Amino acid sequence: MQFYGTEISSRLLLGTAQYPSPAILAAAVKSSGTGIITVSLRRESTDGSGAGFWDGLRETGCRILPNTAGCHSVQEAVTTAHMARDLFGTPWIKLEVIGHSDTLQPDVFGLVEAARVLCADGFQVFPYTTDDLVVGEKLLEAGCELLMPWGAPIGSGQGMRNPDALRAMRAHFPEVPLIVDAGIGRPSDAAQAMELGMDAVLLNTAVAKAGDPARMAAAMAQAIEAGRAGYEADPMERRDMAVPSTPVLGLAEFA
Amino acid sequence: MKIIVNAKPHEISATDLKAALHELGFACSSVATALNGTFVARGNREAVQLTEGDRLEVLAPMQGG
Repeated sequence: MQFYGTEISSRLLLGTAQYPSPAILAAAVKSSGTGIITVSLRRESTDGSGAGFWDGLRETGCRILPNTAGCHSVQEAVTTAHMARDLFGTPWIKLEVIGHSDTLQPDVFGLVEAARVLCADGFQVFPYTTDDLVVGEKLLEAGCELLMPWGAPIGSGQGMRNPDALRAMRAHFPEVPLIVDAGIGRPSDAAQAMELGMDAVLLNTAVAKAGDPARMAAAMAQAIEAGRAGYEADPMERRDMAVPSTPVLGLAEFA
Repeated sequence: MKIIVNAKPHEISATDLKAALHELGFACSSVATALNGTFVARGNREAVQLTEGDRLEVLAPMQGG
């Protein structure tokens, strides 16, 4: 699988926020097996704390996917994306244009507009979007080559709130990489996303806020692998009634 | 002159952005800058002249999801 022509080694993308310590973050990144980590940009103090964090990230060897988290307007998101490209030296940007501060729901109108501006400027945009098919089409028209629908609101850990919509996205965009971004709480949620045919999962809080983040990172990686294998193996159809699995032919008669 | 750096007032003697960052004590290689809401690329900092009351944003890598 490729994102913008780059071969992807792991279907798990991991966020770097909210870990109890830098050492635990590093352990979680390692045990997740991820090749892509997300980062943000915030105001720097003159003690260079951001520079120290950046040094730690580089040691992981992972590709960096900077985000525009916290941006509520097109202008904020576009400016932040430019600053991220200048700082991290990557055309990749996880584009967030937030509509509501309580639900953190994407402002899909602003998202499409910002995506159009950034794609035209050579960015490779990873848009954090809803599971709406028409919005997905507009993002692809804007120049995005992949989509990142939410599973549930950011940080909520609710799992796949609308699996039917994600299944519809898979059917509607068979060739477009789909990454579930946000809402994963447990390994079973990640497995479900993959069983629905998603190509990858981006998660953060579910690992960072687990009692043992490194162990949870490994569990998520296993769930994602299992879910993907299950999808590729073409699961059986559900049935409403029981069907015997043991052959009825040759059953003895005792009465 | 007085400029606003990350929402706090600072008195500086430098007149261009690159020199101002140095004077303010930022590690120039690991920050990104925007002046009055407009992105300024690393390579353009020396050419950007500051004026009284300018609002400078200096951002660095931070944990993110």
